[in-house]
Amino acid sequence: MQFMLLFSRQGKLRLQKWYVPLSDKEKKKITRELVQTVLARKPKMCSFLEWRDLKIVYKRYASLYFCCAIEDQDNELITLEIIHRYVELLDKYFGSVCELDIIFNFEKAYFILDEFLLGGEVQETSKKNVLKAIEQADLLQEKTEHVSARVSLGVRKRTRICAGVLTCIKM
Amino acid sequence: MPAVSKGDGMRGLAVFISDIRNCKSKEAEIKRINKELANIRSKFKGDKALDGYSKKKYVCKLLFIFLLGHDIDFGHMEAVNLLSSNRYTEKQIGYLFISVLVNSNSELIRLINNAVKNDLGSRNPTFTGLALHCIANVGSREMAEAFAGEIPKILVAGDAMDSVKQSAALCLLRLYRTSPDLVPMGDWTSRVVHLLNDQHLGVVTAAASLITTLAQKNPEEFKTSVSLAVSRLSRIVTSASTDLQDYTYYFVPAPWLSVKLLRLLQCYPPPEDPAVRGRLTECLETILNKAQEPPKSKKVQHSNAKNAVLFEAISLIIHHDSEPNLLVRACNQLGQFLQHRETNLRYLALESMCALASSEFSHEAVKTHIETVISALKTERDVSVRQRAVDLLYAMCDRSNAQQIVAEMLSYLETADYSIREEIVLKVAILAEKYAVDYTWYVDTILNLIRIAGDYVSEEVWYRVIQIVINRDDVQGYAAKTVFEALQAPACHENLVKVGGYILGEFGNLIAGDPRSSPLTQFHLLHSKFHLCSVPTRALLLSTYIKFVNLFPEVKGTIQDVLRSDSQLKNADVELQQRAVEYLRLSTVASTDILATVLEEMPPFPERESSILAKLKKKKGPSTVTDLEEAKRERSADVNGGPEPAPSSTSAASTPSPSADLLGLGAAPPVPTGPPPSAGGLLVDVFSDSPSAVAPLAPGSEDNFARFVCKNNGVLFENQLLQIGLKSEFRQNLGRMFIFYGNKTSTQFLSFTPTLICSDDLQANLSLQTKPVDPTVDGGAQVQQAVNIECVSDFTEAPVLNIQFRYGGTFQNVSVKLPITLNKFFQPTEMASQDFFQRWKQLSNPQQEVQNIFKAKHPMDTEITKAKIIGFGSALLEEVDPNPANFVGAGIIHTKTTQIGCLLRLEPNLQAQMYRLTLRTSRETVSQRLCELLSEQF
Repeated sequence: MQFMLLFSRQGKLRLQKWYVPLSDKEKKKITRELVQTVLARKPKMCSFLEWRDLKIVYKRYASLYFCCAIEDQDNELITLEIIHRYVELLDKYFGSVCELDIIFNFEKAYFILDEFLLGGEVQETSKKNVLKAIEQADLLQEKTEHVSARVSLGVRKRTRICAGVLTCIKM
Repeated sequence: MPAVSKGDGMRGLAVFISDIRNCKSKEAEIKRINKELANIRSKFKGDKALDGYSKKKYVCKLLFIFLLGHDIDFGHMEAVNLLSSNRYTEKQIGYLFISVLVNSNSELIRLINNAVKNDLGSRNPTFTGLALHCIANVGSREMAEAFAGEIPKILVAGDAMDSVKQSAALCLLRLYRTSPDLVPMGDWTSRVVHLLNDQHLGVVTAAASLITTLAQKNPEEFKTSVSLAVSRLSRIVTSASTDLQDYTYYFVPAPWLSVKLLRLLQCYPPPEDPAVRGRLTECLETILNKAQEPPKSKKVQHSNAKNAVLFEAISLIIHHDSEPNLLVRACNQLGQFLQHRETNLRYLALESMCALASSEFSHEAVKTHIETVISALKTERDVSVRQRAVDLLYAMCDRSNAQQIVAEMLSYLETADYSIREEIVLKVAILAEKYAVDYTWYVDTILNLIRIAGDYVSEEVWYRVIQIVINRDDVQGYAAKTVFEALQAPACHENLVKVGGYILGEFGNLIAGDPRSSPLTQFHLLHSKFHLCSVPTRALLLSTYIKFVNLFPEVKGTIQDVLRSDSQLKNADVELQQRAVEYLRLSTVASTDILATVLEEMPPFPERESSILAKLKKKKGPSTVTDLEEAKRERSADVNGGPEPAPSSTSAASTPSPSADLLGLGAAPPVPTGPPPSAGGLLVDVFSDSPSAVAPLAPGSEDNFARFVCKNNGVLFENQLLQIGLKSEFRQNLGRMFIFYGNKTSTQFLSFTPTLICSDDLQANLSLQTKPVDPTVDGGAQVQQAVNIECVSDFTEAPVLNIQFRYGGTFQNVSVKLPITLNKFFQPTEMASQDFFQRWKQLSNPQQEVQNIFKAKHPMDTEITKAKIIGFGSALLEEVDPNPANFVGAGIIHTKTTQIGCLLRLEPNLQAQMYRLTLRTSRETVSQRLCELLSEQF
């Protein structure tokens, strides 16, 4: 995988992970172009598209688009399930995750991703093992932190990305 | 999970994020960010030392600001400080900042590397993990320099934790991708291969990725991974869905790992060991069988994971291309997907089937799905799926279904998305040309293309139709009649005017007998479009008019009037004005004979790769079309007409080229480029009656040329008067050739002048030096001429040897192609099987490989084939190919500028009387040329 982007329906970038060295300028250009392309696609369209010499695999979960760029010989369907497994991990960790969780706890979203994917390849596919690693880290943190309280997210409406049954929401 | 862990207590950060989210406008957001940046800057610069918590908070804020899309130019130092904190969360944030924002700031890299080194050696595996993640995320060269030697040790250490092994494997993979030269192969490689046997499936998954990437570059070193991968795969596919616990994903056992193992196997040819091979075939069959079982869950995740494995298995089957049974089963399975309700599956099935279409075993099976694919073209709502359908139709096209496929593509073109029209036009043009049995069909198809999608018909396409009409006299009358009729339409595309103008200028006489298309009618029809056309088209029409003056003397007056009008003679465009002036003058001063010579019908064009094919390749990128094209080329060779090679040069002035590079004539040797007929100099030769024009190539020259590809000595040409013999030797990039001219008569040859002609392109790549020979050759005598040859760079064309002399008062003019070909500069290279395959894999880039499948033209005799491969210049490598019927060779092409390693493999199929020839070299043009040359030999 060359990179993964998470962005909202309004085109706001929520998370970016690059597995190939690119300049900031290039990254911005790619992001702009892809967000536009993917947002312009209609529901029910195929989740794969050719883009430059890469294949784009994307899926929408509620208000968030998850979008991966893979190489020619990579497997599209398994990439879709990489996305899904990541959503499951977020959901399990945050407990019914919503877009706001990812905004306010972006660093956690990155840590979970690093446990799951490394260097663009799947590192650990077992949900249990990934969460165990994150839990251990959280325990370390509790030992060292005195103050820790859940950050209040205010009274905003929370839209779950991932319903209990984990079905992808299509409009 | 405790709720407390979900925020880590950075209230300030949360407040800041809320503030940003509450900003009503972009300006307000920028204002808030600038305020925050100023605040953080002052804190960092302040005298008071910040505690770890504040540092972490501010660094995290900077990170957030950066991720919003703003530039961050400070804070790196503070982040690096966090790395050495002994509080885990501070360290973690430091690492995150580094991995997102690091640039090659050498000072910092040293500090970062120091911190990473400490954590890497830490006894706390969580810290080691953080360090490994950081290396994998940054992956810079500096990191590779510092750690590439260290990580293999961590990877294979007996006491390393599983999670550390996993990270180390992928970390090493990342470093290998960025700096392969810094990752030393060694003892560890064999131990890494054995990780495929590890008990922990997560470790196997990570290791499989690493091994796949390493094996692509070093196949020999990782060869043992094949049998391990097969047995692992076999255990997975036969396991019950609950056996693998958390590695079962929606009832599919270890889908990620399965896909990776199947990918790894695609780095290798089918296993040689029959037991391993049998086991793999069983696995693949099991996977295909499972596809037929009822789903264990209705969830899309279940079917996606299951089908991901299935598609990867099909890729492997196609890669091996050796089990007809599996290939046909794969094809049937994909056929079912073609009508699946999931768009994703239809898309992938179309894509996968494209690859199956180019295998000889499954081509026919793919063809049975033609109706479904055509209906996909008509009914799919997603353009990317329709695009796949177009690709598949193109791939499955052959002579039997070409008419249907072309008709469907044409009708789709009327409503096709703008984004893919040009590509469809190219594809239709290529298929129509390749599979034309009846050239009237070809002409109709191209004219239809222009009618339906004129704007998308590139120059290459209409150049090509003209080349073909000119080269085939059986279609010329029909073409003239058809364009004449098409031009009757009140509004026709400018491209049609171009084609019409050109064709009528050449062949209008063929339909002039019919009063409905009399010369004057033809002229008026064309001239009625003249004023609506752009300058290049007008220039072309002017050439048509002057050709009419020659074809139809009765319209000369009318045409002269047109040329004489102010709008032509005083046209503001230089090119048009010059043409008008010159053509008018030519029509006035030249006698009928001279006109007939100058304006002679175009000679046939040289046979060459279709320029539209080249364009399609360029458009699609080499990877997608090459293989397919090469496989199909066998049938395209006859397009240019009879077996006679076309002359590559002609009396220049007869070319009414509308623009300098029409048809890319740059390749023809003696014609200087530049606007041809308008340059007065070119006409001089004709007027002065000096016979200096170069003769067309002598008949049979092409065959003789081909005979010399694999040998150096012999008779190149012979007629009643003259015999030309050759003797040559080559060493590295230099060569010397002796040409013997024998006078077979008893009369002297006078003014005997042989000339070597190279096109500009060729001259740049091949340097030839020779001295003139004595201009008289006595009856029965032989003169000799030495040519010194130097190959500067790789080249494609061959020089032409033109000989002019007087024999008993008559002027003689002979041209032959001189067999100096790229393969002459081959030096054979002996190598062992493992080296061969290692290099073969190294040249796996699609541009580096050229393949041709062709019918045997000579009896398929093993000894003769061997002799030819040796004669071709490469070493013949025995016992390298697992199939003893195949031939493989290796050698190096020496040029002055570089040396190009070349590998070749020739696979005969006795049953079908066909060959498949594959060339892999480090340079695309070399692969191409060597493949062309060698294909002609069998």
